[in-house]
Amino acid sequence: MPHTPHTHSEHGNLHSYQLGFVLSIGLTIAAFYIVTNHLFSTNGIIASIFGLAVVQLVVQLVFFLHLDKESKPRMNLMAFLFALMVVLIIVGGSLWVMYHMNYTMTPSEMNNYMVGQEGL
Amino acid sequence: MSKVLHQPEGTLKFGFWVYLMTDCVLFASFFATYIVLRNNTFGGPAGHDIFNLNYVLVETIILLISSFTSGLAMLAVQNKEKGQALMLFGVTLLLGLTFLFMEVSEFRNLIADGNGPARSGFLSSYFSLVGLHGLHIAAGSIAMAIGMFQIMKKGLTESISERLNCLSLFWHFLDIIWIFIFTIVYLMGAL
Repeated sequence: MPHTPHTHSEHGNLHSYQLGFVLSIGLTIAAFYIVTNHLFSTNGIIASIFGLAVVQLVVQLVFFLHLDKESKPRMNLMAFLFALMVVLIIVGGSLWVMYHMNYTMTPSEMNNYMVGQEGL
Repeated sequence: MSKVLHQPEGTLKFGFWVYLMTDCVLFASFFATYIVLRNNTFGGPAGHDIFNLNYVLVETIILLISSFTSGLAMLAVQNKEKGQALMLFGVTLLLGLTFLFMEVSEFRNLIADGNGPARSGFLSSYFSLVGLHGLHIAAGSIAMAIGMFQIMKKGLTESISERLNCLSLFWHFLDIIWIFIFTIVYLMGAL
């Protein structure tokens, strides 16, 4: 196996950590501000703060974990993308299944309530 | 160190990265459980009744700063600045312990008010998810204390530097998980 030269680039530098830190603090405070001041409707708040969390995920992956500076083959990135897929299946699948179970397998009072709510 | 026994460079880091990714899957199942059960309060308090957002914001900022200082500590390790590495890991450890203390006192207050994990499905899943993250922080803190002890005893040898690199990855990873706990559990729970 060829010995890969040790480079500094894989660990980032002071500047990248500072930038990542400032961005993360800013994104956290922004999400906090949106919720405490009820800037949007409830759905708008949920969408915007989740979006901010995803942006912060990318910021930290790039500036703290240096996922972008990996040398080829990019096995770390592959492992991450696979984990992301499993996470989406677990969380999305659980929500989907449980929503339908609540909808179709509830006691009769709950059925009556839902029928009433939907004006059927 | 024998060349034959030495692992190819990057193997340890990649192995640790794969562990972190499987840990992601563990957290994902706890997140899924929490999201499914978050409205099952069984007549008990909901998220907006028990969460103090200002308190949680302080916890979040503390963890973010500790993630930053652990990155700076790794830079010091690369530059072979032993004293600075020790100091920065010390600051990181102190911030981690402060975070842990705040979380434990939050749990204690909830339990003292009768809102322990047995109160409702919502609180069971809340305690599991946040407690799982707290356990990781506790494990990381122990590893950091051991790492600092090793730096003091043996200096910044290659194998210790590699181990510290993994620890720093672990710490950044926990910060990312916390961002999602902060967003999904606390901010969305307070709506």
